[in-house]
Amino acid sequence: MKQVSRHSVFRMLGAAVVASVMALPAWAQPAGGSPTLDAIRARGTLVCGVNSGLAGFAQPDSRGEWRGFDVDYCRAVAIALFNDPSKVRFVPTTAQNRFTALQSGEVDMLARNTTWTLSRDTSLGFDFPAISFFDGQGFMVKASLGVNTARELDGASICVQPGTTTEQNLTEWARAARVTFTPVVIERLEEVVGAFVAGRCDAFTTDVSGLAAVRSAQANPAAYTILPDVISKEPLGPLVRHGDQAFADLVRWTHFGLVAAEEFGITAANVQQMTANDARPEVQRMLGKTGDLGKMLGVDPAWLARIIASTGNYGEIFARHLTPIGIQRGPNALWTTPGGQQYAPPFR
Amino acid sequence: MSDAIVDPRYRRKPPKRPLRLSWADERIRGIVWQVLVVGVVFGIIYWLWSNTVHNLEVRRIATGFGFLHREAGLPIAEHLISYEPTDTYLRALTVGVLNTLKVAVIGVILATIIGTFIGIARLSKNFLVSKIAGFYIEVIRDIPLLLQLLFWYTILQGLPGPRQSFHPVEGVFLSNRGLRMPSLVWEGAHTATVLSVVAGIVLAWLYGRHARALQMADGQPRRIWPAAVALIFGLPVAVWLALGAPWTIDWPAMRGFNFQGGMAISPEYAALLTGLVTYTAAFIAEVVRAGIQSVGLGQWEAAQALGLRSGSVLRLIVLPQALRVIIPPMTSNYLNLTKNSSLAVAIGYQDIVSIANTTLNQTGQAIEGIAIIMAVYLTISLSISLFMNWYNARIALVER
Repeated sequence: MKQVSRHSVFRMLGAAVVASVMALPAWAQPAGGSPTLDAIRARGTLVCGVNSGLAGFAQPDSRGEWRGFDVDYCRAVAIALFNDPSKVRFVPTTAQNRFTALQSGEVDMLARNTTWTLSRDTSLGFDFPAISFFDGQGFMVKASLGVNTARELDGASICVQPGTTTEQNLTEWARAARVTFTPVVIERLEEVVGAFVAGRCDAFTTDVSGLAAVRSAQANPAAYTILPDVISKEPLGPLVRHGDQAFADLVRWTHFGLVAAEEFGITAANVQQMTANDARPEVQRMLGKTGDLGKMLGVDPAWLARIIASTGNYGEIFARHLTPIGIQRGPNALWTTPGGQQYAPPFR
Repeated sequence: MSDAIVDPRYRRKPPKRPLRLSWADERIRGIVWQVLVVGVVFGIIYWLWSNTVHNLEVRRIATGFGFLHREAGLPIAEHLISYEPTDTYLRALTVGVLNTLKVAVIGVILATIIGTFIGIARLSKNFLVSKIAGFYIEVIRDIPLLLQLLFWYTILQGLPGPRQSFHPVEGVFLSNRGLRMPSLVWEGAHTATVLSVVAGIVLAWLYGRHARALQMADGQPRRIWPAAVALIFGLPVAVWLALGAPWTIDWPAMRGFNFQGGMAISPEYAALLTGLVTYTAAFIAEVVRAGIQSVGLGQWEAAQALGLRSGSVLRLIVLPQALRVIIPPMTSNYLNLTKNSSLAVAIGYQDIVSIANTTLNQTGQAIEGIAIIMAVYLTISLSISLFMNWYNARIALVER
């Protein structure tokens, strides 16, 4: 911390701002046990940071209940801990405040379309336990524009949200492809989409899944085209604070459990019957009939069986939330199908 | 006022008492309390500081301002200095500061002009004019600024697309991409011309001072304006002609999706400027009205009785007194306008807040980012305050 003293004046200014949030270091010491798990159990609910409203991933429904792909990941962790999918408090976060929310302990975990990058993994103080969704950045244009590939966007105005990897991918791609563009940078999703729909910009760029979600929410989805170009790798997944390995393990194996369940054909409908009848040793270990994998994770043996009974396996979650808005399985298919990349290590 | 007469009772020193080390001694009590209070304040600051540093360290969150020299990679649409996404965060933030100043400085000037105009209109004897001004002030003051900004931005987005843009005059295009105008290709001669305008103004001011001194000496009024016009307009034209009179126009033209060439005012900047100016002008109008009304009617009448013309009455009698009332609240309005410009983030104008927010998000260094924003606004606001306080002191009533 040599740098600290050099800028202590600035630091003190800033410290006063955030120190109030960080003031009580209840889980500051990572040595031994899991401060996050202890805090969640003491509180009785999991606090999960989600997107403030992105169709398919996290959005409140007409009754105010949160629904979506990311939301189900939060619920799955809550089921593992409390056997109750309602023991989650969802905190809507923007692209700008999500990291501060997790760093400061306002939320226990984020499940919010966040790209795993080296700097976020290291200097931001996070851990990415798993990749729940393989995505890539793309472009959406109005079909009437008559553009077929991203390279034709030379000279265009492009709407983009600030503070994400999207912005940096865009400039790097433009430089490599020798495309000049005028950025229109607006923070809130609703407003940036509004500007795109109003014609302020020729194209809107974000992760392809996000484009599909935005398109599905428009009055006339057919009027918009998602260009075939994918300009980046966007491995999205839940993230937790660095240093709490026990909690990171639980989140990681919750994801692997969902994927493995799809691989072994365990669904919400047949999980009871499979727990009772399936003779495959790995299935028996996963569902807690034999072995003590649950104990190793610090939860009870039937944790995964209960998750699947409630949310279904990975494929079911995907089909429930993402297929309806026009997202294909693509790279998110199981590794057993060609092109699929979702892979779970052995439950042993 | 250092030589002002002071009541002799205050000059007398109180009798010296020995300092007793006892709680009964008023001075000892005072010292103890002050040390205690200062100690507690510094203790709290130290605790907040060390706690934050400790927690950042525990969570392995990077600290320091080293990130300023890393490549930013963020796109910025409007920049007064040259900027590429390959430039550093420091340069990106500088662009942001300049964008904030661009809207604040022009906003302050326009809001002052429009506000003064409306404030005077409010006092008009014409029923319609005064009621319209009053209506404007009440409506604009009562609607939150953010809503007004979104309103203006939505209006500007409702303009036709670039291919169907309004085209009132050759080279001028108005569309939902903003206003495109022909621009002058800037050369060294133009910089010299602008500098000679400044020189002309300074010389004209010196000449005016000289003429006034002569008038004080012999009582003869002298005409200043012919020399002033020659210095302010004639000198730059002469410089421009002497340097070869360069005059190349860059005409905007539709190429591909957008207009290329010329100069542009983006809808984001236009919406922000319009919103800030109309909003602040309503407050300034009230300040101006209050200032003018604070000058008693007797002052007008007395000045007229002395035989001064109405222009001179306003300039020599009313305005100097009104300004004393106007300047302090005007400072607050200028500060408000500057700080309100941070709402730019809502409508996509990339000011310092927008760029610093993006920076802190990409680097994850929230404390540093917030500190930069605070330092920038503090610097701008203190500069405005210092200037306005200096001006206020200059025009303050000189008591004799």
